[in-house]
Amino acid sequence: MHHDPGSVGLVETRSVRLFTADAPLTLASGRTLGPIDVAYETYGTLNADGSNAVVICHALTGDAHAAGWHAGAKGPGWWDNLIGPGKPLDTDRFFVISSNLLGGCMGTTGPSTVNPETGNVYGLDFPLLAIQDFVEVHRALVRHLGVGRLLGVIGGSMGGMQALEWSLRYPDEVANAAIIAASSRLTAQNIAFSAVARRAIMDDPNFAGGHYADTGQSPDIGLSIARMMAHITYLSEDAFTEKFGRAPQNASRRPGFGVDFAVESYLGHQAEVFLERFDALSYLYLSRVMDYFDPFAAHELVARRRPVNYLVVSFDTDWRFSSAHSRRIVRRLESARYPVTFRDITSPWGHDSFLLVIDAYHDTLRAWFDRALEVGV
Amino acid sequence: MNASVWQSGPLRADLALVAAQIPDASRVLDLGCGSATLLSYLMAERGCSGTGVEIDPDKVLKAIRRGVPIIELDVDRSLSEFSDASYDVCVLSRTIQTIQRPEHVLEEMARIAGLLIVSVPNFGWWGHRLRLLRGRMPMSKELPYSWYDTPNIRHTTLVDLETLFDKLGLTVVKRFTFTEDGRRLRMQGARANLTAGAAVYVLRPGGRPRTS
Repeated sequence: MHHDPGSVGLVETRSVRLFTADAPLTLASGRTLGPIDVAYETYGTLNADGSNAVVICHALTGDAHAAGWHAGAKGPGWWDNLIGPGKPLDTDRFFVISSNLLGGCMGTTGPSTVNPETGNVYGLDFPLLAIQDFVEVHRALVRHLGVGRLLGVIGGSMGGMQALEWSLRYPDEVANAAIIAASSRLTAQNIAFSAVARRAIMDDPNFAGGHYADTGQSPDIGLSIARMMAHITYLSEDAFTEKFGRAPQNASRRPGFGVDFAVESYLGHQAEVFLERFDALSYLYLSRVMDYFDPFAAHELVARRRPVNYLVVSFDTDWRFSSAHSRRIVRRLESARYPVTFRDITSPWGHDSFLLVIDAYHDTLRAWFDRALEVGV
Repeated sequence: MNASVWQSGPLRADLALVAAQIPDASRVLDLGCGSATLLSYLMAERGCSGTGVEIDPDKVLKAIRRGVPIIELDVDRSLSEFSDASYDVCVLSRTIQTIQRPEHVLEEMARIAGLLIVSVPNFGWWGHRLRLLRGRMPMSKELPYSWYDTPNIRHTTLVDLETLFDKLGLTVVKRFTFTEDGRRLRMQGARANLTAGAAVYVLRPGGRPRTS
């Protein structure tokens, strides 16, 4: 529990209004959005010269609560194994910032927020977003917290995309960027998975054109299917075999179309838990952002006197964003002569590995962040 | 944490010689860089930048802690990641004997950099020849492994290696030879093939490859 000396202990999610209707955010699309409230947490202490700040960017379904415990919670934050006293992101030395991203549903303004102009939930009137919009909101939060140049920004999966975008768009603001199990350009297969997930949501009769808040009935079936399918892609075949094999759900087989294999029950449970904490509109908006992300087409990589120092990590059983995705990132950064370190970590767990304690992975992050702190911003 | 333990101490003699061949402020690719002591030294003391390639996970971790950009890939299969003429210098230090496709790797090095430095143990050293005459596979300080557990799968003599350089159009700018104990030999020509335990070559690509 939170008495564990490696834990940051009890934490609370805070909220701040970073953009207003009068001073809105101009999005990549050209549309403006305001007000924007952001849910965030911080761990550790910003040092006197502000040189130890690291921003965590979460993936598709993450939230601001990355580490420590909320009062009464059953489990800690989603990246608690990485962040805390003595952990690779050692909160005795680093100041860690984590926020829910724009378009999310865990306290930051998103499509299920009430539009103050109409008094109704935005629904599909919410503007389409881009990874760069997430970054702009992160930057506003960093400024709000009084931090200048960041020691580092780190993210896994879609979080890695934010770290990459940030480092390419504002290379003077970031000393180090760690891009874990991410992609700089989705393949047709990646887009296809997300397309099926979105179809499941939008074809659920309860979706009601995105106005399900008015009807009081949410598209739970669609969101469940989306989550179950996505979850399959987050694990490797070996991981499923290891966890479940062909084990029956009950003492003996009950052939039929019910839940008869343990893996079926597991997926159902994943979906159920997900419904409690996630919103279908956010799923639509956030997953769509990834499809269009293509930063190396958008940014010219110019020689820099003080380039961002990169760490790129992939996992050898990740088939959602395979090592080839990471190697493409490495190739682009390396050919621009930016310092880049790359490891393809051996792990049986597939895409989800970035959330797990894998010694070679955590040792890498520890060594890299220790060095970053030594060199400074 | 005591930072000094991570900083580069004095370089091993053979690495010091390699370092001496590298102009200040060069961009250096070190293939099979180990824990990156050479690159770390070049970056800290000589204004160089660069990248290491290494496959041993413990060494990779040490290189990361030293702050050297390092790519954990197999030298045999990873060089297509690097674009043409993207480095000034490419180093292959005591690695050529461990790789599957030395010819391919040398070709790739010539594509990537304008100056190559290759250091090798010499299979043709007289001590090895003596052992072979007695019917035993060569073993020495340079090549301390038994035949069945050696990482060294491509043994070459200096003469054979120079034949390959010639075939690939690599011009030998300089050659340094060493005794089995690592002392410098002031010896030119083919006799070094008998007396040298190891050698360091400085090569330039762009000579005309010999057509066979």
